[in-house]
Amino acid sequence: MTQGYYKILSNAEIAPDTWEMELAGDTSSLRNPGQFINIALEGLYLRRPISVCHYEDGRLTIIYKVVGKGTRQLSEMAPGQQLDVLCGLGNGFDVEAARGRKAAVIGGGAGVPPMYDTARRLIAAGCDVTAILGFATKNAAFYIDEFKALGARVLVTTDDGSMGIHGFVTDALAQTDCDYFFACGPQPMLRSLHCTGIPGQLSFEERMGCGFGACMGCTCHTLVGARRVCQDGPVFLTSEVTFDVQ
Amino acid sequence: MSNRLETRLGEIVLKNPVMPASGTFGFGMEMSRWYDLNVLGAISLKGTTGEERFGNPTPRIAECREGMLNAVGLQNPGVDAVVAHELPQVRAIYDGVLLANISGFSIDEYVMVAEKFDKAPEIDILEINISCPNVRHGGMAFGTDPAAAEEVTRAVKAVTHKPVFMKLSPNVTDIAAIAKACAQGGADGITLINTLLGMVIDPRTGRPIVSTKMSGFSGPAIKPIALRMVYQVAQAVDLPIIGVGGISTADDVIEFMSAGASAIQVGAQNLVDPFACPKIIRELPEKLDAYGIGCVQDIIGRSLKF
Repeated sequence: MTQGYYKILSNAEIAPDTWEMELAGDTSSLRNPGQFINIALEGLYLRRPISVCHYEDGRLTIIYKVVGKGTRQLSEMAPGQQLDVLCGLGNGFDVEAARGRKAAVIGGGAGVPPMYDTARRLIAAGCDVTAILGFATKNAAFYIDEFKALGARVLVTTDDGSMGIHGFVTDALAQTDCDYFFACGPQPMLRSLHCTGIPGQLSFEERMGCGFGACMGCTCHTLVGARRVCQDGPVFLTSEVTFDVQ
Repeated sequence: MSNRLETRLGEIVLKNPVMPASGTFGFGMEMSRWYDLNVLGAISLKGTTGEERFGNPTPRIAECREGMLNAVGLQNPGVDAVVAHELPQVRAIYDGVLLANISGFSIDEYVMVAEKFDKAPEIDILEINISCPNVRHGGMAFGTDPAAAEEVTRAVKAVTHKPVFMKLSPNVTDIAAIAKACAQGGADGITLINTLLGMVIDPRTGRPIVSTKMSGFSGPAIKPIALRMVYQVAQAVDLPIIGVGGISTADDVIEFMSAGASAIQVGAQNLVDPFACPKIIRELPEKLDAYGIGCVQDIIGRSLKF
């Protein structure tokens, strides 16, 4: 974990209300795909946790959806401005666990971004990767070409059938022979994936206080006890999670 | 020159008046990844109960202007696990003063937890939380009635020789009456304030954001209230006071000490700036110089004469 000031290199809308921001700063505390950063914004008391889409040599990319005051403010920032960032938070995905398996990398909506580096790392490790990207509608889709450029087989699903498979990411997963998965997305999507019985890793979202394990604001029930989404997660194994409590 | 930041809580000497508040610092280990905890004047550890507690369902956190709300609900591993695992870990990396923060749902529970921390050599001060707004029964109920506050204080004092600081709730009509009751029960000091009972509602849906609907409000927004209450309690009792509520700068520390606090706690600010405490400690001597103050002990209660 590190704290630093990160310079905005670019900030652009890549789909309606979905923005891609590139930052320059210290990336030495990032270890795994699926980790997140926590951004301080002027006039807002709590930081905003955003997952890292991609990082490399002092640069990192985040993709965020404008859903409230914080992300609205973030979208209004210009290249050259600086952000106070806590970097390298959370555990992230353990891509080693997929060694020798056929891996699916599954993102739903705002859960797609952290799956990009996950796919990249898996492919670099020699894994055969299928990326399943779920969106509400064709208009909301992003990063499909980027996943293809990594060398992943890409399946797109939309809730309304306007693009790709008409249905949910689980419908696409059923069309593959993947025997392991990595996923990030809304809770109902994670629950459906968990129900498939296929082993994998799930990245959760929760309202956070600090983002680094001090306040116990984001604790969830797991089969191995109470766990903090920010510090012990956000990624948990399918064998650890339960959707029955809460 | 002696350490101009040094202060005292009764017989106990702190190298500076700045400590993190219970619930914003875990048991120290998370924060030790940000900085060396030995810069701190003291640490108030995460609130501990007799048994393990999961706490409240999420969402436990919401934001508001200049502050936040929380309803963690005293999540902790229980006193036996804290004594066996957490205390040795933090003691291995931190030499300074440690406060155990104790919560309970009955007087018997407060007493049982206090007895266990009394026997733990790592702990210097017992801070008794009679002010948690986020649990049903117990918690704040003991801090809103002078007779109950006195009874808890007396019961805990009977089982320990360590200094007992009672942590008070601001959700009362007359804070001085509660402080006096604690003094009557034998308290060695007062910590105040815990969070204010507050609420945030999603304007689109009308749904309260935090799962418990009402929850504990903290952050810079509550500072004037906390300061006023420290000022009132300083006039009501002759006990050392730990001031807490919305502190985020060295100026805030000076204000609280002027109002009568011998030391202070930083709460919510640790969550948004993990370096809040060391920054304030670094900033304090510059502020003392700027205001012509020799040492922090000279200013304790100086506002009471106005």
